Amino acid sequence: MPEHEELEHTGPEHTEPGRTESLLSLVPKAEAVQSMKDFKSDQEVRWCPGCGDYAVLAAVQGFMPELGLARENIVFVSGIGCSSRFPYYMNTYGMHSIHGRAPAIATGLATSRRDLSVWVVTGDGDALSIGGNHLIHALRRNVNLKILLFNNRIYGLTKGQYSPTSETGKITKSTPMGSLDAPFNPVSLALGAEATFVARTVDSDRKHLTEVLRQAADHDGTALVEIYQNCNIFNDGAFDTLKDRERAQEAVIRLEHGRPIRFGTDLAKGVVRNPATGDLEIVEVTPANEGDVLVHDARAATPTTAFALSRLADPHTLHHTPIGVFRAAERPVYDTLMAEQLDAAVEQHGKGDLARLLAGNDTWTVVG
Amino acid sequence: MTSQVSSEAGEALLGEQRGAPAVSHDGDAKEVRRLDRVIIRFAGDSGDGMQLTGDRFTSETASFGNDLSTLPNFPAEIRAPAGTLPGVSSFQLHFADHDILTPGDAPDVLVAMNPAALKANIADVPRGGEVIVNTDEFAKRAMAKVGYAVSPLEDGSLEGYRVHPVPLTTLTLEALKDFGLPRKEAERSKNMFALGLLSWMYHRPTEGTEAFLRRKFARKPEIAEANVAAFRAGWNFGETTEDFAVSYEVAPATAAFPAGTYRNISGNLALSYGLIAAARQADLPLYLGSYPITPASDILHELSKHKNFGVRTFQAEDEIAGIGAALGAAFGGSLAVTTTSGPGVALKSETIGLAVSLELPLLIVDIQRGGPSTGLPTKTEQADLLQAMYGRNGEAPVPVVAPRTPADCFDAALEAARIALAYRTPVFLLSDGYLANGSEPWRVPDTGELPDLRTAFATGPNHTLADGTDVFWPYKRDPETLARPWAVPGTPGLEHRIGGIEKQDGTGNISYDPANHDFMVRVRQAKVDGIDVPDLDVDDPDGARTLVLGWGSTYGPITAAVRRIRREGGHVARAHLRHLNPFPRNLGDVLKGYEKVVVAEMNLGQLATLLRAEYLVDARSHTQVNGMPFKAEQLAAVLKEAIDA
Repeated sequence: MPEHEELEHTGPEHTEPGRTESLLSLVPKAEAVQSMKDFKSDQEVRWCPGCGDYAVLAAVQGFMPELGLARENIVFVSGIGCSSRFPYYMNTYGMHSIHGRAPAIATGLATSRRDLSVWVVTGDGDALSIGGNHLIHALRRNVNLKILLFNNRIYGLTKGQYSPTSETGKITKSTPMGSLDAPFNPVSLALGAEATFVARTVDSDRKHLTEVLRQAADHDGTALVEIYQNCNIFNDGAFDTLKDRERAQEAVIRLEHGRPIRFGTDLAKGVVRNPATGDLEIVEVTPANEGDVLVHDARAATPTTAFALSRLADPHTLHHTPIGVFRAAERPVYDTLMAEQLDAAVEQHGKGDLARLLAGNDTWTVVG
Repeated sequence: MTSQVSSEAGEALLGEQRGAPAVSHDGDAKEVRRLDRVIIRFAGDSGDGMQLTGDRFTSETASFGNDLSTLPNFPAEIRAPAGTLPGVSSFQLHFADHDILTPGDAPDVLVAMNPAALKANIADVPRGGEVIVNTDEFAKRAMAKVGYAVSPLEDGSLEGYRVHPVPLTTLTLEALKDFGLPRKEAERSKNMFALGLLSWMYHRPTEGTEAFLRRKFARKPEIAEANVAAFRAGWNFGETTEDFAVSYEVAPATAAFPAGTYRNISGNLALSYGLIAAARQADLPLYLGSYPITPASDILHELSKHKNFGVRTFQAEDEIAGIGAALGAAFGGSLAVTTTSGPGVALKSETIGLAVSLELPLLIVDIQRGGPSTGLPTKTEQADLLQAMYGRNGEAPVPVVAPRTPADCFDAALEAARIALAYRTPVFLLSDGYLANGSEPWRVPDTGELPDLRTAFATGPNHTLADGTDVFWPYKRDPETLARPWAVPGTPGLEHRIGGIEKQDGTGNISYDPANHDFMVRVRQAKVDGIDVPDLDVDDPDGARTLVLGWGSTYGPITAAVRRIRREGGHVARAHLRHLNPFPRNLGDVLKGYEKVVVAEMNLGQLATLLRAEYLVDARSHTQVNGMPFKAEQLAAVLKEAIDA
């Protein structure tokens, strides 16, 4: 357990020594300074009034100028669901695809066009139910995608059935006697799928959301950002515990790289490792145990502690929900590896010669 | 040369008598007879290396200059229980001094490596045929496994055949005794002994096989040399033993081939090369998104070897992701392909529908196999035609192109790419297991002869609004082709959003307007209906009253059957469809020009159903779904019945 003084308090936006230039450098930059307006399309936004999606859209449109990328080199790909209408509202290239398949489609685009910044917008049903397979495989490959997972813990577009993140026992249209399903924790799932960047944020916290987007955009490889998003029609107030200033004090654990993990009124609580089980638990911080409080290391080589952090939240009450970047680790990026194989093949065999390929090694000649 | 326009010269010359008089006698040297064609079948256990043996014999035969056609036939199990009937793997090769069309109905020579191989194949060998048997494997237990109570080599049941009992295993072990290999390892070379023997019998060149073995086992030189030794021992055995008194010559098929450089090629290889050539001709990078499935995986394997052509191959987590990635790459400006078989097409259906709606170029290669469900993974069938035509929700028309011979898979891939790129649409390329694994000589095309497939990406606004503003409309169509512009990300000023929800004509914005939907459904259909496809050629030298129509891999057997009928003075017309959607413009007139139309296909009448619906013709189906291609002789009998009816 390193003392926290040993960790540098730098955000991932700073280039570390030995780190090659970010893959973002492959994407052409905008010629002029951009504003939020540049990223608003001419389409009327059609989410329900009061939907949390508006806040996320505004945050993304507000953040994009900061990236300063050429708008034409940005692509938003989505699946099906309320959140998946997102690309229509972004004045970039976009594809509103089919249910669950956005990570697969985006993988084809990102791996064939490294000059693009490819974003996936998906929801808890789209990403974790019908599209679960594509999500986990994109994560394990570490394709250079930024995945925004809007989690409202309900099916909105089909009008209110429980979702794979709904709490057990939830009464919905399809579960009048309560849902029997145990929910997924998207952060745990992503970490288990070898994700290199996993974060959680909340729709209503524009500042935090933007900071997480910043770090996700800067990450080389797949970044999964879970955004707790309120569905005011079918699951209103699902995240109130985390949004109410009073209650959030005790419920929210803010993760910051290089900082001790403390929360609660006057930061009276902290996260420590149980030396017997290796698991994490919450303690009242005292002068005696203050040194044991875990220092958050998002760049740890293994996802073990990040996973343990993801398990602190109670899926029912949302108490002890960590918010922030759980993991931001480096691993070779699929797109880069694929491009390198193409280059290596040319180096080894020369540029492909079609006539030679077609003729092969065993030919015979017929003279007319 | 089965991929060329039909020539009546070829099989019409054939008599059923294949053993022509001896052409040379040279003292004590063995007799050599000249034949015009031979059909050989190698049969053994799945682990005996019969496919390799057949491939090598094919390569020798191709380089010798015969025309040829092959039919590999193997079980779906990688290693079915040894010595059992389900474990039998075979490879049939038909080669000739003239133009041939099929791998042949019945083998003249059967090489049976064990009792199971004999039992599974002997019924296909006509009386008088030659049977070479590995007697070492005819032990009591091995025979009992396949129900031989008494040895068929001794009970007289093979009396009508010319049987050559050869202790192949013992002879191989003897030939390799100085190599110090473990017995099991040495035994594995018995297929090369058999290949050597057959190579002697038919005067095949041997250098190619020896070079091949040394290449294949470059890292294990002692294994390479052992195989070469077994191969030579087989050859020498033929030359010295009295049991093989006669060898045969089949002259090169010089007259059958137009001048050019030739090679042997299988359907899947030709299709892979066609895709690489199409990308080059379109000046686009090739992107394959695929999930392994028999019998299509070889295309994934082949394309993954050619990264130096800029080919990206992505082995996805499932069939859906395979086509998803391809569609994503198509959006980004690649020539995108997904390869699969019937069950994979079922999984890809929703994404194909999306591609129809997005109007992006995409090739869906379906190497059809026996269905439904898992069906017969290693056997051939043509039962995905209606799935390709209609297997999607909503009105989702997709063009369909079908190759007719293994070598033709190359041209068909280029044609499918042409349609996809010019009309911005997904296109089905319907091959099948028979074409995929079968092979034939192919005249290597001059790359300068290949079609120009270049297509222009959108670069700027294409529409002017009433107020004079120039804008880009992603669904404003080319008036000729009805294709929409292909505007790839990275093009400034053309930022746009597309999706599976119905779009407003022109702008591409979401639209639920009933009249607009009606219009868009009809315009998507009109685009596919309007695809420029060549007229159907009809082969009808005699003014026949009966037409036989086929599509895809039935070309060889149908054409061979037609030749048989004409040889006997019968009149029948023949035509073969490459384009199944849209049909050639003249198809209706062609059909109406005949009193009787027979449609032969390896399903329960899917093309016939389409023809009846489209043209109100009384198309009669002749169908077969036994996992094997039609036999020319049986087909000829059916056609004759139809003609006489």
